[in-house]
Amino acid sequence: MSKLLSEKTKQVFLVPLSKNNPITVQVLGICSALAVTAKLEPALVMGLSVTIIVAFSNLIISLLRNTIPNRIRIIVQLVVVASLVTIVSEFLKAYAYDISVQLSVYIGLIITNCILMGRLEAFAMANNPWESFVDGFGNGFGYAWILVVVAFFRELLGSGTLLGFKVIPHSFYEAGYANNGLMILPPMALIIVACVIWVHRARNKELQEK
Amino acid sequence: MSALKNFIDKQKPHFEKGGKLEKLHSIFDGLETFLFVPNATSKSGTHIHDAADTKRTMVIVILALVPALLFGMYNVGYQHFLAIGQSVGLWSEFIYGFLAVLPFIVVSYGVGLGIEFTVAQIKGHEIQEGFLVSGFLIPLIVPIDTPLWMVAVATAFAVIFAKEVFGGTGMNIFNVALVTRAFLFFAYPTFMSGDVVWVRTAQTFGLGAGTPVDGYSGATVLGQVATSEISNPQITNILGNPIGFIDGFLGFIPGSIGETSTLAILIGAAVLLITGVASWKTMFSVFAGGAILALVFNMWGPNTAAAHFPWFNHLVFGGFAFGAVFMATDPVTSARTETGKYIYGFLIGAMTIIIRVLNPGYPEGMMLAILLMNIFAPLIDYYVVEANIKRRLKRIVK
Repeated sequence: MSKLLSEKTKQVFLVPLSKNNPITVQVLGICSALAVTAKLEPALVMGLSVTIIVAFSNLIISLLRNTIPNRIRIIVQLVVVASLVTIVSEFLKAYAYDISVQLSVYIGLIITNCILMGRLEAFAMANNPWESFVDGFGNGFGYAWILVVVAFFRELLGSGTLLGFKVIPHSFYEAGYANNGLMILPPMALIIVACVIWVHRARNKELQEK
Repeated sequence: MSALKNFIDKQKPHFEKGGKLEKLHSIFDGLETFLFVPNATSKSGTHIHDAADTKRTMVIVILALVPALLFGMYNVGYQHFLAIGQSVGLWSEFIYGFLAVLPFIVVSYGVGLGIEFTVAQIKGHEIQEGFLVSGFLIPLIVPIDTPLWMVAVATAFAVIFAKEVFGGTGMNIFNVALVTRAFLFFAYPTFMSGDVVWVRTAQTFGLGAGTPVDGYSGATVLGQVATSEISNPQITNILGNPIGFIDGFLGFIPGSIGETSTLAILIGAAVLLITGVASWKTMFSVFAGGAILALVFNMWGPNTAAAHFPWFNHLVFGGFAFGAVFMATDPVTSARTETGKYIYGFLIGAMTIIIRVLNPGYPEGMMLAILLMNIFAPLIDYYVVEANIKRRLKRIVK
């Protein structure tokens, strides 16, 4: 195991989780973060799908990196990503139809997710397959955990449920509590992402701009 | 007065650097400057000094709001006893309304000032005075049956996200009180619209028990207009008796606490204009924009009740007058150039009528129109200044 994850590879995995998080630091992939986080379940599935697609497209592109002609590299990357997205999309349709309906176009739109092109261009084209694979997982998880945090608060406060189960007791509603309808609307996702960024920067002083 | 001043001066050393209560300096400073104009003046640069500083300006706005508040309290009681079919006299009605409205003021100031004081303590700067007015506006623009915890959540949201994150008083893009209202409107729509929230039918602190009489309906005038299926409906009060322009002007109608009486608001407007706190240009052009657009819809609008609601009625029902006098003129979020104020005000009035007439989902458009124009205010200012520069450049070339 120690050989499998050298110190450098470990950093490749850990840095995108916090210090160089794709959403909170690089501010990539925001559109899907707004669209799929009204409920926790789609957010989990979306996070997982993106993780798998980034990891494997990183791996494949890294394996091919020395044979791809520089002038058509974007097209090659897109072909690889599109095939993976199609596989994931078909898989969801087959085994998790309800969620694939909820996610609708956003699974297909993973192709245009900035995180993917960013990782392929910036990392996979210049590093060996194993590190690229780990980098893909790191960035995928970095994206996924932000989605889960945002979706957790939006579903809890907006619908009073978590993963579809009622968690706010009935007595609360009888005492006058009401679900916050604004949490279901997209603007609130932006505000919660902003809060995550706020906390994150307060804890990591080196991320603060001068 | 001088005894109070002496007492404060005596306490001062405790809060200065090295004193035993040094940590509470910002709170002490806030209270002291609220009571007395501070002696300190700017040491560098050129400044025009005015006897009235920001805190004194804020107090004038609050004085201007008092007629609307007092009438609002009375109207809450009046509508309540009208709904339950009792006649108890002016004072009982006022006391009922006073007890119903007071918790809103306490909650609004408690939450808002609590956050302001905390932020000031953490950052170690002075307490900013902006919330004095916002905290007074918030109770006036919500329906009387809004649960208090919702007001608290919305106030906290607005103070943190509409004000503190932008840098505090004077730096906010949006009017803080209106952000509170917008948060409530979108987060808890069932408590902020419809026909059950505008009149309190339950008892308050044991006063005014009773059940609504037959034929009671708590819909606001604009609500009735928006849901009407014919183009010329008869608007009625909560008992179904027909009402008209004069009732809207005096304010004996259901609505948010402080917005119903155009007369009380105009008294406030007079105070603001005489003291020079608010700009007559903004105020006037909001009314002009609303009147002109409503007239256009009256003549050529679609065949709906909202489009054929007479233009003078548009100006007295709903929050139009309140928004025009107290919200649009907010010196921080409105346009600052003199020409810009005309454009800004006119567009608020026009946008309000457009929302009321063309979007049946929103019977009232004042809040959204002002928030929308808050975004455009800097842009309007920019183009006014650019146009001025161009005009003067031309003069040089000649």
